[in-house]
Amino acid sequence: LTIADVERIAALAHLELTPDEKQVFTKQLADILSYAEQLQAIDTTGVAAMAHVNAHEAERDDQLRPCLPVEDALRNAPDGAPEAGLFRVPRVIG
Amino acid sequence: MSARSKGARAIAGDIAAGRVSAVDVCREALDHIERVNPSLNAFNLVSSDRALERAANVDRLRASGVPLGPLAGVPLAVKDNMCVRGMRTTASSRILDTFVPPYDATTIVKLEEAGAVIVGKTNCDEFAMGSSNENSAYGPVRNPWASERTPGGSSGGSAAAVAAACVPLALGSDTGGSIRQPASFCGVTGLKPTYGRVSRYGLLAFASSLDQIGPITRNVGDAALALSVLAGPDPMDSTASREAVPDFMAALDGNVRGIRIGVPRAFVSEGVDASVLSAFDASLDVLRAAGATLVDIDLPYAKYAIPVYYLVCTAEASSNLARYDGVKYGYRSPEATRGLKAMYEKSRDEGFGPEVKRRIMLGTYVLSAGYYDAFYLKAQQVRTLLKQDYDRAFQSVDLVVMPTSPTPPFKLGEKTDDPLQMYLADIFTVSVNLVGLPGISVPCGFVDAPRAGGTDRLPIGLQFVGRMFDETTVLRVADAFERNTGWSRETPEV
Repeated sequence: LTIADVERIAALAHLELTPDEKQVFTKQLADILSYAEQLQAIDTTGVAAMAHVNAHEAERDDQLRPCLPVEDALRNAPDGAPEAGLFRVPRVIG
Repeated sequence: MSARSKGARAIAGDIAAGRVSAVDVCREALDHIERVNPSLNAFNLVSSDRALERAANVDRLRASGVPLGPLAGVPLAVKDNMCVRGMRTTASSRILDTFVPPYDATTIVKLEEAGAVIVGKTNCDEFAMGSSNENSAYGPVRNPWASERTPGGSSGGSAAAVAAACVPLALGSDTGGSIRQPASFCGVTGLKPTYGRVSRYGLLAFASSLDQIGPITRNVGDAALALSVLAGPDPMDSTASREAVPDFMAALDGNVRGIRIGVPRAFVSEGVDASVLSAFDASLDVLRAAGATLVDIDLPYAKYAIPVYYLVCTAEASSNLARYDGVKYGYRSPEATRGLKAMYEKSRDEGFGPEVKRRIMLGTYVLSAGYYDAFYLKAQQVRTLLKQDYDRAFQSVDLVVMPTSPTPPFKLGEKTDDPLQMYLADIFTVSVNLVGLPGISVPCGFVDAPRAGGTDRLPIGLQFVGRMFDETTVLRVADAFERNTGWSRETPEV
């Protein structure tokens, strides 16, 4: 794992890491991944992947029900525009 | 005997019978929190006014002859990663420092309907990621038994609050041991219900296929009562099970005759502290003497649970925590002026602490193109093998017993420089989450440890793991164990 890998992952994860963080994470993530390498020795031929233990039927009817009022949803926004019912964000296009 | 040192059922009973008022119980709890919290740091927030108001309401209801709920007037502490409407909820993260939830978690609705009185939000590892409570933006919690040691994590504040007799009941969440391990470290009882037994609606998600809410209490009976209140389906959480909810209290008859308990001896030998092994063996003698049958079992894939867990939980976390982006709630960097993407990146870097960033990075990596098959998919396959281990074991036994943690509470700062060492401390708890099983930690002994100017008594925990949705057997045996030992009655001097 190189610093370049860490920078690529940080970009995917929307994290602007400091130079110090990049150094530390490069070593720590390499340690953890090398520890996880032990799984490669296990024969998993034909073994199904398990993403979830849930066995029961989780579907329900798609029915309209009350949801959070807009003013409540906007109350925690760092830059809300309640009069317009919107979240404000920095400029997206040039 | 003051209300403070009693359990939840005893307090509710006293209030219902008019021996004490809910307001007096509440005031006593708040006074005690005010006294001990400066040294423990167990609470991120104490909601005195709201609590006294709710307690007064319980007293009014009683005076007017309205039947009270099973937890009426019982002081309750809530881990700070569960939403309480109008009460600041931070997940001990800077990124949610100012977040005030506009709705209640389902667990909160149910406990308040049962009459419980929330006295505050408890400190925890940031977004429940950690095993020592040292990853909190508001500083570590101290262990009530040994102030230089961790209370465990991530529900360290909840466990410390119960151990220090601030409250008889606290909510925790358990993704890889975060209820059971701090319960073990603090000498109290911590129950992780079966995955899906309790609604997760309003729990700030960490790893959605593993997270489960449960009670931390002073005894097994209180955990059973709390689970009766918490359990059941919820239209707001499609993973909350429609499985019938039995009368958990009815199982607590002290009878374990004929129950077969599996001991994974090979798994419980490597890397376990001598004091834990000795308390574990003594506990097996207690169970045998009470009439249970002990059976050796093998869980050959259990030793891989740590790598599987840290690949699965970080992958899920990297996805769940994408929502914290400085737009809808939480922290936005004041320097975020260079466009949207820069705003996301800067806010997240400044808002998240090191362990959360480390896990987001690891999870993003194992899900990224070229690594998904080798890491994430492989981990999910071994997760299946782990489930088959437990399925096989449960063909011949009703319950599995293990230590909760391989060590007694470790020192603050002991493992913070080496994340992998911290992860290894979760060896006995994570497999239970990966497979979805119910598990409980109960106190099973103490070990003396020297410190400057004296000796600390460090609690040790015993873990029982049951079949899916068989909390009944877990609680029955844990309760019988408690009856046959005195460990749960021990309290620290704080």
